[in-house]
Amino acid sequence: MIDRIPSGFNPFVIPFLVGMGFVFAYCIYALVKILLQLSFEDRKKFFLSLVNPKTAAKNIRDMFCDCLFHVKLWKRNPLLGYMHSSIAFGWFMLIVLGHIEVILFVPTRINLFYYPIFFNFFVAEADQTMKGSLLFFMMDFFLLVVLSGIALAMVKRVRSRLFGMRRTARPSLVNTIGLYALWAIFPLRLLAETFTAHISGGSFLTGPANWIFRQFLGNDLHYLPTWWAYSIVLGIFMCVLPFSRYMHIPAEMLLIPMRNAGLKIRNARKGLTRVQVFTCPNCGVCIDACPMSVSKENIKDCTVYLTRQIRRGNEKRIAEISDKCLLCGKCEALCQVGVQGPEIRIQQRAIRDYSIRQDFSDIAVNEVRKSHVVYFSGCMSQLVPSVGRSVESVLKKAGVEVEWMDRDGGLCCGRPMLTAGKTEEARSLVAKNTEMILSSGADTLVVSCPICYRMFVENYALPGVRVVHYSVYFDELVKAGRLHLTKSDLCYVYHDPCELGRGCGIYDEPRRLVGQSAAIAESDRCRKESICCGGSLGSLSLTFRQREKITRAALENLYASKADAIATACPLCKATLSRFSDRPVRDIAEIIDLQSR
Amino acid sequence: MADFGFKLSKSSTLDLDRTDTRVYDILCKTDPDIRTCMACGSCSASCTAAPFCGMSMRKVILALQRGQDVRPMLGKCMLCGKCTMVCPRGINTRHLILSICKYYD
Ligand code: SF4
Ligand code: SF4
Ligand code: SF4
Ligand code: SF4
Repeated sequence: MIDRIPSGFNPFVIPFLVGMGFVFAYCIYALVKILLQLSFEDRKKFFLSLVNPKTAAKNIRDMFCDCLFHVKLWKRNPLLGYMHSSIAFGWFMLIVLGHIEVILFVPTRINLFYYPIFFNFFVAEADQTMKGSLLFFMMDFFLLVVLSGIALAMVKRVRSRLFGMRRTARPSLVNTIGLYALWAIFPLRLLAETFTAHISGGSFLTGPANWIFRQFLGNDLHYLPTWWAYSIVLGIFMCVLPFSRYMHIPAEMLLIPMRNAGLKIRNARKGLTRVQVFTCPNCGVCIDACPMSVSKENIKDCTVYLTRQIRRGNEKRIAEISDKCLLCGKCEALCQVGVQGPEIRIQQRAIRDYSIRQDFSDIAVNEVRKSHVVYFSGCMSQLVPSVGRSVESVLKKAGVEVEWMDRDGGLCCGRPMLTAGKTEEARSLVAKNTEMILSSGADTLVVSCPICYRMFVENYALPGVRVVHYSVYFDELVKAGRLHLTKSDLCYVYHDPCELGRGCGIYDEPRRLVGQSAAIAESDRCRKESICCGGSLGSLSLTFRQREKITRAALENLYASKADAIATACPLCKATLSRFSDRPVRDIAEIIDLQSR
Repeated sequence: MADFGFKLSKSSTLDLDRTDTRVYDILCKTDPDIRTCMACGSCSASCTAAPFCGMSMRKVILALQRGQDVRPMLGKCMLCGKCTMVCPRGINTRHLILSICKYYD
């Protein structure tokens, strides 16, 4: 292999160089800006995590698994996984192999960073070696891999159902330009390398293609324009990259270490929020995931449109999208890159100005009697009083002495306030409840409402108090032999409440309890993919009718299991589902109370 | 004052020509369902904040129609959402409360 062009330069590389320089400058600028937007503590945490060997190893592993191999997409749909990983990994390998070629054959040119990209233009094949043919073979092979991915991407545009997706996001103009540029890059590369294959050498793809073309093309005049075209589409792609969804390629490389460093969303637009917004590739997985999308008018309120509108700075739409969401967390659970749709929305709600603000610091609260175990039933359990009564009765049967701190009404846990964006007000409720709970001297706080439970776990500091959801507590009582269950002949299907399942990761204990007191069936979409009951307090603006549609969709999913009755572990789910259900809906506490001795 | 065995209350007559209904008018646009309230009082009966400040969505809506002060009542609302769940007219009272908090001056 010898250097063919003494100067090592041809003007056709200019479009590529311009695009590359622009992307580089933009990414450095964005990186510095985002790092400066982080709070001092977060920045410190981030940099420390980079030098911590354990997180560093995890970062590298995640980058390979998520950015190159798209492992999560493979699990979701193999075709979708192949499409993404073939393009990403294939392209990555083309770049790596290009560098290896330069290092091996023309090491003096390694400082020219367009060389690995346009290697075949600048070299001529002097002699055939094993090393060279192997490299050329691999280059052709990975080009074929990428081309197969591009072909699949074209099919997906028209037939997304083949890829397990019912609905995809509508591309915006700049995304369309980026998309067509990306589609054009690899066929043009194939053509360009084909046309020069008799000079630079080629393998199973470019070699025979070159022979075919040379049968009817008499001269070499066409190869330079093709290299120009290849360089121009590369340049166009890189120039639109920062403004299109393809920004996810560099952004994900920042998001992964930030996530592994344990950073949290703290600002409506800056820092981690900005990185997540950039990382969303508009894949549209969250549209099918979102329970709101049962109504066509709500499709534009899914997370993919939130990230798009934040990038555009369309305040009116951002507000609408932020208010409608149920905060059920399903889009976050299924998102391939980890965009935290609900958290970003809460931050948007938190930047609003209110002229009336709530304050609870001056209210007088009732004393809580001293007890080891305190039970907090929460507002929703008061609307569904049988839940509270059943919990108390079960605890009595198991011989647990318990003090029900809000039997005659109490304070809200503060989560509805927090998710509505009134952070200060929520803090003031938290302070009051904390004072009451600590005054009881309890070491265990049993909670029956998943909304409260999540709030206690995430936002309260209760030293020396174990906060436990009743399903976990009952499960322990059964295991310890303090509670004896008999089986009824009913068959229940368990509905995972959003806050308990996706919110707190409790999936197994409720199922075990139901399974020990009745037969249990599973619905199609359960656990991480369970559908919100539609009653969630997370949504501020969904109307009663829109909620009804969601509830009916959730019920259809549960009916499909052919169970006689529905079990759940949340008073709000119970109230919402029973409104439209054709079969009984019971809280697990009620079932256990019926089936225990 | 001498005790006559009865007392005089202040007049509670409303002069509807002079009431300031600006906030109510805005709310009719932002939350049109406010107009479907039938003053059933379900919201008041279930309210978590009622014991602390006499909060009642029914009263708040009435007070807005009459141009009266709603600040003390709203000041203890916990946004718990029980009023929305029980409202037989399906009024999104939580959203209404947030709108009042936003537009009240
Ligand atoms: S938010 Fe996640 S799931 Fe939705 S489009 Fe973006 S990357 Fe895909
Ligand atoms: S949190 Fe739930 S309701 Fe909100 S956008 Fe995500 S999937 Fe849809
Ligand atoms: S949201 Fe406010 S007004 Fe409604 S029940 Fe709760 S505390 Fe009362
Ligand atoms: S429950 Fe609804 S209809 Fe009844 S008073 Fe309250 S807001 Fe009005």
